[in-house]
Amino acid sequence: MMGSLLLGSAGREMADFGDITVYGALELLEKRECSSVELVTGVADLIKKGDEDLGAYISIDEEYALEQARMCDKLRASGEKKKLLGVPIAVKDVLNVRGQPCTCGSRMLQNYISPYDATVITRLREEGAVFLGRTNMDEFAMGSTTENSAYKITRNPHDRDCVAGGSSGGSAAAVASGEAIAALGSDTGGSIRQPAGFCGCVGLKPSYGRVSRYGLTAFASSLDQIGPITKNVRDTALLLEVISGRDSMDSTSVDVPVPCFSDLAGDDLKGVKLGLPREYFIDGMDPEVESIVRSAVKQCSELGAEIVDVSLPSTEYAIAAYYIIATAEASTNLARFDGVRYGLRADDVSDPIDMYGKTRAAGFGAEVKRRIILGTYVLSSGYHDAYYLAAQKVRTLIRGDFENAFKVCDALLTPVTPTPAFKIGEKIGDPLQMYLSDIMTATVNLAGVCGMSLPCGMTENNLPVGLQIIGPAFKEENILKVGYVYEKHQGAEGIEQKRKYR
Amino acid sequence: MKYLVTIGLETHVQLNTLSKMFCACSTRYGEQPNTHVCPVCLGYPGAMPVMNKEAVRLTVMTGLMIGSEISEYSKFDRKSYFYPDMPKNYQISQYDKPLCIGGGVDIDIDGKKRAINVTRIHLEEDVAKNTHMKNHSGVDFNRAGVPLMEVVSEPDMASPEEAFAYLHALKQILLYVGVSGCNLEEGNVRCDVNCSVRPEGQKELGTKTEIKNMNTFKGVLNALKYEIPRQIEVLKSGGVIHQETRRWDVDSAVTLGMRTKEDAQDYRYFPEPDLMPVVLSRENVEEWRGLLPELPRERRERIIREYSLPEYDAGVLVVDKAVVDYFETAAAMCGNYKAISNWIMTEMLRLLSEREMEISDIAMKPEALADLVRLVDNRTLNSTKAKEVFEILFEKGGMPEDIVSEFGLAQVSDSGEIGQMVEKAIAENPKSAADYRNGKKAAAKFLVGQVMRLSKGKADPQVVGKLVEKCLGGE
Repeated sequence: MMGSLLLGSAGREMADFGDITVYGALELLEKRECSSVELVTGVADLIKKGDEDLGAYISIDEEYALEQARMCDKLRASGEKKKLLGVPIAVKDVLNVRGQPCTCGSRMLQNYISPYDATVITRLREEGAVFLGRTNMDEFAMGSTTENSAYKITRNPHDRDCVAGGSSGGSAAAVASGEAIAALGSDTGGSIRQPAGFCGCVGLKPSYGRVSRYGLTAFASSLDQIGPITKNVRDTALLLEVISGRDSMDSTSVDVPVPCFSDLAGDDLKGVKLGLPREYFIDGMDPEVESIVRSAVKQCSELGAEIVDVSLPSTEYAIAAYYIIATAEASTNLARFDGVRYGLRADDVSDPIDMYGKTRAAGFGAEVKRRIILGTYVLSSGYHDAYYLAAQKVRTLIRGDFENAFKVCDALLTPVTPTPAFKIGEKIGDPLQMYLSDIMTATVNLAGVCGMSLPCGMTENNLPVGLQIIGPAFKEENILKVGYVYEKHQGAEGIEQKRKYR
Repeated sequence: MKYLVTIGLETHVQLNTLSKMFCACSTRYGEQPNTHVCPVCLGYPGAMPVMNKEAVRLTVMTGLMIGSEISEYSKFDRKSYFYPDMPKNYQISQYDKPLCIGGGVDIDIDGKKRAINVTRIHLEEDVAKNTHMKNHSGVDFNRAGVPLMEVVSEPDMASPEEAFAYLHALKQILLYVGVSGCNLEEGNVRCDVNCSVRPEGQKELGTKTEIKNMNTFKGVLNALKYEIPRQIEVLKSGGVIHQETRRWDVDSAVTLGMRTKEDAQDYRYFPEPDLMPVVLSRENVEEWRGLLPELPRERRERIIREYSLPEYDAGVLVVDKAVVDYFETAAAMCGNYKAISNWIMTEMLRLLSEREMEISDIAMKPEALADLVRLVDNRTLNSTKAKEVFEILFEKGGMPEDIVSEFGLAQVSDSGEIGQMVEKAIAENPKSAADYRNGKKAAAKFLVGQVMRLSKGKADPQVVGKLVEKCLGGE
């Protein structure tokens, strides 16, 4: 396996942990070329060295990680086999880990310590993963740049003046810079795929119901999914395999078999039909992005895939529908942050209403407030039908669009975003413009299908461009296979490009 | 002018499940505050609800009992409002697709049967309990998330008495299906009362007020007895009723305005995205229908018919399903139905209420009661001693014969033995004997009492009576 071996064999020196993949790390551990303790220490050192400038992490707990690492080393010594034994994984600060903070990038939860493990954390623990740090994010996952974090801005490792994307910008920047071997993110309208695209990582949003949401602080419950952000497709497949599957604690998780996603093989794309949705190659798109994505499509064609033209005609209504449904759900999901039971409580309050007002005014940032107000409005009596019901109808149409498209192809190829990463501060003053840039990713959440972003080239300005592969619901194996073969043939050049910034 | 009264009730019933509506926490009442809580019922970030299937079954069973149509497809919705007793600041409830639609509860009012229609029954979660202390308030989340079934009646009741009768009839049905403990002290049943008045002859209903959160049936009765004349008084003096929420102040026995329609809440209902819709198969519903008990009314009629009991007896017996079950079990073993009914209605219910026990808690088996009746009927025991035996059975269980022999309580009917005691009594009370002979027949009663005393209550009173008369008359 080109990527992982290449990087893995270089991992003997601590300094090179920055390039290491999950499979690479597992190989080192298995060959006893390093211990989990050394791995954790090495990654922690990289964080200490680089994160002050990068801003990928909100917190790290090295002692907590080393304790787990020591346990993993013991287990490995006793012959225990687990899929991720001893590998540190960075976790977006929106997922609950027992005894650890979970700020969600908000002042509201600044001093909150979670009393329980999210199901994905339980599943990763069972396979021996180690939790070292919590990555930065837009507050409550609302945003596309990580500029909405109450704590810090995460910079793009390729250009420190550019955004890392969001809302899982911390996870993507950590993986791209080597401050994490792999990470978990969450994706409501593109929050895994867009930062992965901006930072040059692989990121996958699973089909709705594939991964349990139990323990993921909800933004929009009918759209949220947890997924991996990694350095290559195989790592993504392995993490997805571990975290997938029906969970009795999440009624919306679906009881379908979980394939061995990590069993990836193949050298070509013969017999694979890939659709190009014409609505995703639009006017106003960055020409460089379009040409890089089109050359990736060409490469897939050269690898044997049949490229077909498809249409997703309801796309133009998607952003409006997305922001109605997402904010409606968010307005209720965030109602629990009231100062009564946990988190921030404003001082000097006279009654409950006063406490709610002052607590929420102090605890939430501008973007979160904007979305709560929007969501409250669209559900209000008299507006409910015009907005919320209409949006649900659009959602049904969009789902139908994808169903029709997948009648004629196995997966879709699209850009991840209309532009590469932009400058910090460039768009933060224009929320509508920012919302519109989610057009190519939010549709995937509305339809409940799966999508993966992977690097497909660099711009003149040395910024990564992402290719999005979208698959039918519960067909993650389709997109992983296409991504795996494409990545393999992209060759060392692609990897080298990713490393340029260092 | 005469005024017509219209009353509708929204009755919230805590269901009899072991665990809460959306998590595995216990529903047990009266524990230390905040000991039955978890991330789900505390509304922690990331926690998700999982539906309690038993709560759905109990709600459907209630619907089947009152003749509701059971929805094959129903769903949960979020009802948003901020209050410190609401962990998520939205309540998971059912808005436009409730589990049960329609149905009715029959009540008896002035000897006439009347049907009160039910609009719907839906399922939701209870909120926490706020306690206010001098300088601060506390919230106990043990109750948060307990399954709550809401039975919404049509505005079909025309008097406080009808509302009161409806609540009792509903409670009886709930107890029959076993869906709720219906323990009012524990807040198992709480009620919002909607009520309006209008002048006779006016077609459209008057403006209603809603009296919130009544937790006793008597309270509903009293609140309505206050609220109706209040509304009539307002109308008579030319005023208007404002649609508003009121509360019943028990101490001053008045209803007081809380908030008007202008500041009514917008609950912003929308489908709960964390739960799947509830889809019930026809087979499933039919299976549950097969497990339904008889309705209390039907049962009462059958008891009258099958056991030739007076209407009154049947009415008392069917109040509690466990009691009437007990009656029928005992009756199957002994033909003297009236005697069994009498024991239950008097001694049994008295002892149960004195000791605050349920019939299911007692050691005495129905077969013991059947035997006791038989022992009285064949004059092994007289009624006084039978009561003693009953109390022993009630406390300790066992069979009457064993108690009779253990305590030597068997009735003495032997006329020789009784004759000696009669003679002794007459000898000791010459004045009474003389009174009798002088025509004061009542004096015999005193002498019979004396004989009973001498026999330590064991003599057969009938034999004693005859012998006393014989001895006095025979001399």
